[in-house]
Amino acid sequence: MSTLPIERTRTSPEESREARLLEIRREAETRGIVPARGIRPAGAPFPQASVETGYYGIHLLKEPQWTAEIPLYFFVGGAAGSAAVIGAMADWLGRDPALAQKARWLAFGGAMVSSALLTSDLGMPSRFINMLRVFKVQSPMSMGAWTLAAFGGASAASAFAKLAERRFGCNFPVSIIGNVSQFVSALFGLPFHNYTGVLIGATAIPVWNKNRATLPIHFGMSGVQAGVSLLELMGHCDSRALNMLGIGSTLFETWEGYHLESQNEPALKPLKRGVSGLITRTGGVMSGPLPLVLRLLGGSSGSRRSRRLRRAAAMCGLVGSLLTRYGWVHAGHSSARDWRLPLEMPAQSPVLEEMQTKPNMPAIRAG
Amino acid sequence: MSAGFALPSKNGHRTTAFLTDSTLCIGCKACEVACKEWNGISADGFDWSGFSYDNTGAVGHSTWRHVKFVEHQPEPGFGGNAADPSSWVFSSDVCKHCEVAGCLEACPTGSIVRTEFGGVYVQPDVCNGCGYCVVACPFGVVQKNTDDGRAFKCTFCYDRQKVGLVPACATACPTESIKFGEIEELRLAAQQRLQELHGRGMTDAQLYDPRQSSVKGLHAFFIVRGDPRQYNLPPNPEAPTAYLREGWRSSAIGAGALVAGALLAFLTSPGSKRKRGRR
Repeated sequence: MSTLPIERTRTSPEESREARLLEIRREAETRGIVPARGIRPAGAPFPQASVETGYYGIHLLKEPQWTAEIPLYFFVGGAAGSAAVIGAMADWLGRDPALAQKARWLAFGGAMVSSALLTSDLGMPSRFINMLRVFKVQSPMSMGAWTLAAFGGASAASAFAKLAERRFGCNFPVSIIGNVSQFVSALFGLPFHNYTGVLIGATAIPVWNKNRATLPIHFGMSGVQAGVSLLELMGHCDSRALNMLGIGSTLFETWEGYHLESQNEPALKPLKRGVSGLITRTGGVMSGPLPLVLRLLGGSSGSRRSRRLRRAAAMCGLVGSLLTRYGWVHAGHSSARDWRLPLEMPAQSPVLEEMQTKPNMPAIRAG
Repeated sequence: MSAGFALPSKNGHRTTAFLTDSTLCIGCKACEVACKEWNGISADGFDWSGFSYDNTGAVGHSTWRHVKFVEHQPEPGFGGNAADPSSWVFSSDVCKHCEVAGCLEACPTGSIVRTEFGGVYVQPDVCNGCGYCVVACPFGVVQKNTDDGRAFKCTFCYDRQKVGLVPACATACPTESIKFGEIEELRLAAQQRLQELHGRGMTDAQLYDPRQSSVKGLHAFFIVRGDPRQYNLPPNPEAPTAYLREGWRSSAIGAGALVAGALLAFLTSPGSKRKRGRR
């Protein structure tokens, strides 16, 4: 292979190009193909679209365009759905009627706030009713909208019917309405408290869909903790049942934190690094080990110390649950911006590393 | 290019497709302009990206055709052979109109539908801007216009196809890099074109049409040279519906755990606070 040493210092760029062109032509005429590399101009390497750098590192996925209402809705919905189930269980087993009634109010209020948050997030809030235009099993958003509608209606009916029953005595039709609607509310509260995990798991965002198998339980347990904590702060911080549920959810959240931290997968990076990592990790500690310890220390003896510890655990869990939702959504943004993930490129490309460490390549290189 | 195309087929319509051949594209961006012109989409501004001559970056709510400028190492032997900075490949990107479309499956209002031509179409009078399609698209095509509130993407010129016209971009393309026609005919044409290119020594030319992944193939496929990843084309795009089974299973387990936990908690707590509960 004949090469012609060209140096920019001696010849003008035009001359060197012409010389190179001549050489290529000559070689093409004689051999039919020119396997040589061309000239690398001064300032090279320019940003290039390549197998190593993707398309200039422009991310191909779109970032989520949800407003701040959505993670807040995840939080409120999780608490409301869990409260409905907890309240119904307390009522059916006849353990704590006051707790049951407060849980019904919480479910009803949560459903109303959820609807408001969801509607205000829409690009066209006036068209919120279009959510109930079709029933699509394959769309978690559609399933969620129908679940919220059913849950909201049943929660309202159960809260008011049970209130009427308690106020004015056992009236036959009212008690039937109260019991049926409480059952329906708990039934729909079950998917409502954790479907948001399915919702974000079934997306193209890597950090979400990689965790699709644990996200619904994770979000559900976070919701249970929020529901339990709210009920405790509403005056039930000596309920042993609530503390048991709280301990259960904090145990799961502790395991979830360990599960996420122990995986060394590039897609999970946003949960550990940057702002999103800070939020999810803080949220994880505040809804996992920290309230777990407080709950175990607090117990449910009803003493002043116990109540204080339980109240601290509840407040810690509430903040933790809220942070968890914001952290995951924030991580979704970072994940969408990571162009390497959908292109299945290794996190640290050796070629890119070489380009970064050797910025001054020879100005002109032939052959 | 002739304005009309024949339509007879099953249920009276043909499934149509785009074949975008990057080896024929000259990067003139006539498709981008024609698309904006016909569909009345707003301008993107005049920002310089510094990435070759691509100042648009990606398809989005206001860009339904987008010409990618993929710069390579100098490649003597093909094209002009000038030892200039780099060799270029241009490729006009567009909504892929997937066979199994993540956006369509995710849409909770039924605004996104499959047209009689096989395209994926967002009905602007139904969309309420929930934004779920945005995160459901494995190609990052559909986007919410935050000023307008609704999601937008390539309509496959549904209005033009309705009256037997070829989409605006394919009509405007001066080199027939964007071909439009019946899907199976285009797939055949793509194979013939690939053979021709391989015969000419462009052995790295390939068809991007991921039929083995859960999107089950595209209605807008691409002939590209080299690794499709440098054109921001993902090797294994997945329609997110593929993740649903595991998600709902997890949801059911979580629901079961909550019922069991609540049952256990209230059954084992004898100290009910009835006195405090009664008014």
